[in-house]
Amino acid sequence: MRRIERCFERLASENRKALIPFVTAGDPQKEVTVPLMHDMVKAGADIIELGVPFSDPMADGPVIQLACERALAHNTSTRDILDMVKAFRQTDSETPVVLMGYLNPVEVMGYEAFARAAADAGVDGVLLVDLPPEEALEVKPVMDANGLDIIFLVAPTTSDARIKLIGEAGSGYLYYVSLKGVTGSAALNVDEVASRVETIRNLAKLPIGVGFGIKDAESAQAVSRVADGVVVGSALVNQIDKFQKEPAAISGAIGDILSAMRTAMDT
Amino acid sequence: MSERPDFSAFPDASGHFGPYGGCFVSETLMGALDELKAMYERLKDDPQFRADFDYDLAHYVGRPSPLYLAERWSKQVGGANIWLKREDLNHTGAHKVNNTIGQALLAKHMGKPRVIAETGAGQHGVATATVAARLGLKCQVYMGAEDVQRQKLNVYRMKLLGAEVIPVTSGSKTLKDAMNEAMRDWVTNVDDTFYIIGTVAGPHPYPQLVRDFQCIIGREAREQSLKQAGKLPDALVACVGGGSNAIGLFHPFLNDDGVAMYGVEAAGDGIDTGRHAAPLSAGRPGVLHGNRTYLMEDDNGQIIETHSVSAGLDYPGVGPEHSWLKDVGRVQYVAADDQEALSAFRELTRVEGIMPALESSHALAYAKKLAATMSPDQNIVVNLSGRGDKDILTVADIDGIEF
Repeated sequence: MRRIERCFERLASENRKALIPFVTAGDPQKEVTVPLMHDMVKAGADIIELGVPFSDPMADGPVIQLACERALAHNTSTRDILDMVKAFRQTDSETPVVLMGYLNPVEVMGYEAFARAAADAGVDGVLLVDLPPEEALEVKPVMDANGLDIIFLVAPTTSDARIKLIGEAGSGYLYYVSLKGVTGSAALNVDEVASRVETIRNLAKLPIGVGFGIKDAESAQAVSRVADGVVVGSALVNQIDKFQKEPAAISGAIGDILSAMRTAMDT
Repeated sequence: MSERPDFSAFPDASGHFGPYGGCFVSETLMGALDELKAMYERLKDDPQFRADFDYDLAHYVGRPSPLYLAERWSKQVGGANIWLKREDLNHTGAHKVNNTIGQALLAKHMGKPRVIAETGAGQHGVATATVAARLGLKCQVYMGAEDVQRQKLNVYRMKLLGAEVIPVTSGSKTLKDAMNEAMRDWVTNVDDTFYIIGTVAGPHPYPQLVRDFQCIIGREAREQSLKQAGKLPDALVACVGGGSNAIGLFHPFLNDDGVAMYGVEAAGDGIDTGRHAAPLSAGRPGVLHGNRTYLMEDDNGQIIETHSVSAGLDYPGVGPEHSWLKDVGRVQYVAADDQEALSAFRELTRVEGIMPALESSHALAYAKKLAATMSPDQNIVVNLSGRGDKDILTVADIDGIEF
């Protein structure tokens, strides 16, 4: 069984939900990322989404845009990020790691070369925001053959027919984008999310993670009551921005947010 | 090319031109693109829609635009006759308005009260603000902060037309960043907003519908050539940034085997300096702004900054159909640098009394070289895609003149 599937099965048996933090790799410095990943696991993270920076992050709001710029200022490359995952795996063989970003930095390596290197480094899945299932016909079998899950987005605007299609094309989990907008947008509407998640559950079999607009313990708790996983990104990356000159303080600040979310989700 | 494809049959049903094009956007936009595709499929052959479009082109834009034989310049160059397709004479001064008229009609049919656009040189922004004013639509235009500086006149024109110009300060502060920001706006306001993309790039169906609206250029040029020169031209030349004026001229001739075609990219300081905007000449295929196409990128797949004296060509990608036409060998893609373009700008102004846009000057620079290798019984049609009024401050600056 793959790590992501195992993770959701274990959580389900414990009647708990997945806490899924997102940070951009190499932000603000390459050395920060691996220790931060371990600290996030200690603070209660179940799966880590590691952002692969891109020069043109057109689905991201200003917070993640700046994170990309900071990471690219010292040339954080996809290969650097695979090295980080490899280093993380030396002492953590269980926490799933998903690379999240845009297609071009993957495509430039070549699908086969990327998938082999990612699997070898210990990556479990990829989520490419500008790759809908219709355009993934070539890359999907390559990821599959290398044991990598391919995670697709579902949006508030996604039709029922497309939810079915996406549910069949993806593996690992589905990422429900809770609002129309870019990352770091305004707060989500919990009732609306609950009703959409219900719809998705009836049309697709995969676990459902919800992201966009989750900022604090309260919203994390509310979403965890209806979804299988809670994704938190911009709220954490804001701390990296705040402490970019003082990177030693980043883990603590992010850990505090995650611990509070964990506690709220588990009660 | 032994087996020539039927060029009129592309893109295919899923929006691809061979390996290029497609629909690489985040899931939130897929519904809106499906809706646009369905609406366009329904309207493109609808007689009333065609009639409305043709009426606006005739009475609002002032079409057909003339095909003008630049006799004095041709004689000076010595070689083929150089004909200019006078898109500079359109209302708002460039070819861009052909497309904004078409897309604004679509916005109206879809009941969207707000339009947004990205702009580089400002021509597409002005053309969008113009049709928005006429139809009473709310209009916001994203423009790179650097371009806002370079194109002050067009910024003010847009404001006078009632549009709000939003300077974009992220990334390289030019056209590509304006397009990122317009996409972010669209994903947030997808219910009430129509995104009027200015070139033949972006996700399907944009490369197709922008091309279809711009094909009026080539259809007219074909008819005018037959009438005025008595035969089809031997060669077509157009500048290529995103490539909308070029595809508009080329497309109606693609199945005419005897017509050679040259797309001219911006070589900036020179291709070998790396400071240019010529993805077809010196880039490689990748994915940006919703489509697979030739791009300027580094070894890690990050998009690199482009350089050109002309803001309208300062873009690291190119329409996907051009990528495919390059690979199948139907169109030759070449480049002209800043100096060559500036010298063509001055030459046409002095010899023919026509001041071309700096974008179009790249096409003129190459046409001059090409004409010299051809004979006086041959004809070249150059797309004079826009007029140069907007570039006067840029050229004055290069000449060291302050007002």
